[in-house]
Amino acid sequence: MSAKLTIAFESAGAPAAAPGSGNRIDSLFEAVEERHRKRRRVVSALLRSVVYLGALLTTVVLLFLVGYILVNGVPYLTPSLFEWEYNSTNVSLMPALVNTLIMAALSLAMAVPVGVGSAIYLVEYAKRGSKFVAVVRTTTETLQGIPSIIYGLFGMLFFVTALHWNLSLLAGACTLAIMVLPVVMRTTEEALLAVPDSYREGGFGLGAGRLRTVFRCVLPSAVPGILGGVILALGRCVGEVAALIFTAGSIAQIPNFAGEGLGALFDSTRTLAVHMYTLASEGLHINETYATAVVLLVMVVLLNLLATFAAKKMNKGGSDA
Amino acid sequence: MSQLHIKEGIARALFVAAAGISILAVALICVFLFANGVPAIAEIGLPEFLFGTTWRPANDIYGIFPMIVGSIYVTAGAIVVGVPTGLLCAIFLSRFASGKVAAFLKPGVELLAGIPSVVYGFFGLVIIVPFIRDTMPGRGLSLLAAAVLLGIMILPTIITVAQSALDAVPKKYYEGALALGADHERSVFRVVVPAAVSGIMAGIVLGVGRAIGETMAVIMVAGNQPIIPESIFAGVRTMTANIVLEMGYAADLHRGALVATGVVLFVFILLITMLFNVIKKRGELK
Amino acid sequence: MPNATLERTASAGHAPATYMPHAQGQAADRRMKEKAPADAPAKMGVRGLDLYYKDFQALKGINLEFPKNQVTALIGPSGCGKSTLLKSLNRMNDLVEGCRVEGEITLDGEDAYRSIDVNSLRRRVGMVFQQPNPFPMSVYDNVAFGPRTHGIKNRADLDEIVEQSLRDAAIWDEMKDRLKKNALGFSGGQQQRLCIARALAVRPEVLLMDEATSALDPISTAKIEDLVGELKSKYTVIMVTHNMLQALRVSDKTAFFLLGEMVEAGATDDIFTAPVDPRTADYVAGRFG
Repeated sequence: MSAKLTIAFESAGAPAAAPGSGNRIDSLFEAVEERHRKRRRVVSALLRSVVYLGALLTTVVLLFLVGYILVNGVPYLTPSLFEWEYNSTNVSLMPALVNTLIMAALSLAMAVPVGVGSAIYLVEYAKRGSKFVAVVRTTTETLQGIPSIIYGLFGMLFFVTALHWNLSLLAGACTLAIMVLPVVMRTTEEALLAVPDSYREGGFGLGAGRLRTVFRCVLPSAVPGILGGVILALGRCVGEVAALIFTAGSIAQIPNFAGEGLGALFDSTRTLAVHMYTLASEGLHINETYATAVVLLVMVVLLNLLATFAAKKMNKGGSDA
Repeated sequence: MSQLHIKEGIARALFVAAAGISILAVALICVFLFANGVPAIAEIGLPEFLFGTTWRPANDIYGIFPMIVGSIYVTAGAIVVGVPTGLLCAIFLSRFASGKVAAFLKPGVELLAGIPSVVYGFFGLVIIVPFIRDTMPGRGLSLLAAAVLLGIMILPTIITVAQSALDAVPKKYYEGALALGADHERSVFRVVVPAAVSGIMAGIVLGVGRAIGETMAVIMVAGNQPIIPESIFAGVRTMTANIVLEMGYAADLHRGALVATGVVLFVFILLITMLFNVIKKRGELK
Repeated sequence: MPNATLERTASAGHAPATYMPHAQGQAADRRMKEKAPADAPAKMGVRGLDLYYKDFQALKGINLEFPKNQVTALIGPSGCGKSTLLKSLNRMNDLVEGCRVEGEITLDGEDAYRSIDVNSLRRRVGMVFQQPNPFPMSVYDNVAFGPRTHGIKNRADLDEIVEQSLRDAAIWDEMKDRLKKNALGFSGGQQQRLCIARALAVRPEVLLMDEATSALDPISTAKIEDLVGELKSKYTVIMVTHNMLQALRVSDKTAFFLLGEMVEAGATDDIFTAPVDPRTADYVAGRFG
């Protein structure tokens, strides 16, 4: 391309700064500019409207989706929907709600220590550029991209079948734990990286070992960030269906911890999202489905607010530093 | 002193072990998927499995080509619906929105990202499907419904990633364009957006990953017929839907074929992840 | 010249600027004294310019004229307002939230803020920034961006403009075989001269340079200084510089700023050898800033 260009110029007479050409270009600008400005205005107005349209469309979808579900669901948030017993005439969401909390707590109890621990290793211990770190990074990225149905398949093949846990609370919780592990890891890593090095130097300077420095000087100021990640993970647990239907099953009862003790971990359970999926696909209790959707939505909104709040705190902590 | 050493050593070992768990998890997932899926593929025959157009478990005929095509169609549809809207919304948030509007829309986008897929699926079932049924040919449960719904679902992914890419474009490019007499729109579309293109592409690839892996929402609106759809108003079954719909009662080779569907999906996802990494790397090199 | 508070210009038919109320008494009169070469008509002019960032007044009652086909240097310590003044000449200050401009800025006697379209003002008054900022695209597309913006689409015209602009910026020989290369792959000095070429490609009448050499090595700086000397035959150049020697080497006229006020302006030689105001004397002697 450039070669062709040069040739063209050579044939036109080498010194392009020839006296006449400057004026020709000047008059070219004069001729074109005024006319073009009007067209430019139209094009810009058009571009501006498309951009606004894109934003408007997103807003409309958001408001309509949330609004429609609230309007149709809120009137059916009756006390009977929150009764302790589920049966086919009164599709109470209470057992599923309790199961969701147990399930989420269990999986976070597994995922958070592992996730935070490995993030601490990656940020505070590992040498930069080590092979091990590179492999961990790649696997984390891979885990993050795997769709939940694959987790569900794996949970079914491994926990349910190979380990003979059957469709159970524990199998579901373990599956979810693996699924949210990369979320916790990533956010913790980012939170730790955001802690200024001066904190670490302060710890080492006082003669504290690495472990003490990490726990006393680094972790405390990373807590809001880590919390944000935990809340994000919680949100995924609450909303998950595909990873649970073949691992935790869909029995709408609270596991009987009082009667069976830890054996209740192997009871099949149904979380709120699975409950809603079942209701929606049965199609018999449409109003209750709306109401269940409202409860799910409210939970997600609350978790979002919490995460935003945590992130704000993190930023403030950062600017204080 | 030595006690401290022991404590440090134990802590270090624990942290290493924690970091190792994600490797273990990926290894286990691969082993169990492949160990259960590959024998089934071997029994069916790889070409028959991948390119067979008939899926009839009752007769032990397992061709997942319609589902592969279904996943690709649905994802492509989601891109057509979601990418322009998401990209424009990201441009709006990054370069056009006033502080107040952004303060409303940004949390809104985060909320969209947090809404569970069952809720999306239900929304699709009660709004999108009836709308298509009433205004267009077909029964409503269709490729079109799935594409529109997935397009909405990938919006937050695309908006968030594209916006952070746009926000990261140095101010000096924008100012340079203005100083040459370009107006705001031209500066944004001809200088800022091209400068952010690798980040935007990364967002799109991430959206593709989400769309192709989405399960519950698609099942609720797509109709799920295991045949290659003849129009956008026809029903369609994706790979993800195939697994969920039949796993509950499948046994033996049928079950193996479903796991093998998961393997194919997994390979798709790995390819997409690799593509994502390549794009990201190239963006960093720039 | 009867009125010493005005910029001394011989521009025939040019309405004399009005006396600005902020200049109080004799001291102010002397402070505003101008020793501009009397033979150059003004290309741009600033009259009674007050500029505010929200409540902070960044420029106070500036009166200054920029002679055609000359290099005017704006000098002064950091935060004195010289860059602010430069950016108000092509309205780049519009980008700063809460920025308010009072007074008058003219280009060829036309009001730059009220009677000239802002995009066309920025075409006619080009700018080179402190940090080289070529777009992340090819050399050719960088230089052609401006002309394309203003409606020149013809490939042959663009080719000609690109070559001539690169020649004018004394970088054609280095770039001619690499027009398709990404502009970010070049050295800082080359990038800055490319930015000058890009600014020249829209046929500006005035070229603003905002400390355009401060990020560059001495050799690149020297090349750009030479270039500026050549450019003034076609363009009116206004440059902000931290480097007083540079102002002395390159400029014909110099204006000294302090705390948002213009202390003194005049022929560069006079400002450096016989400043009227003691603060100018202190500054050029290197006693502060």
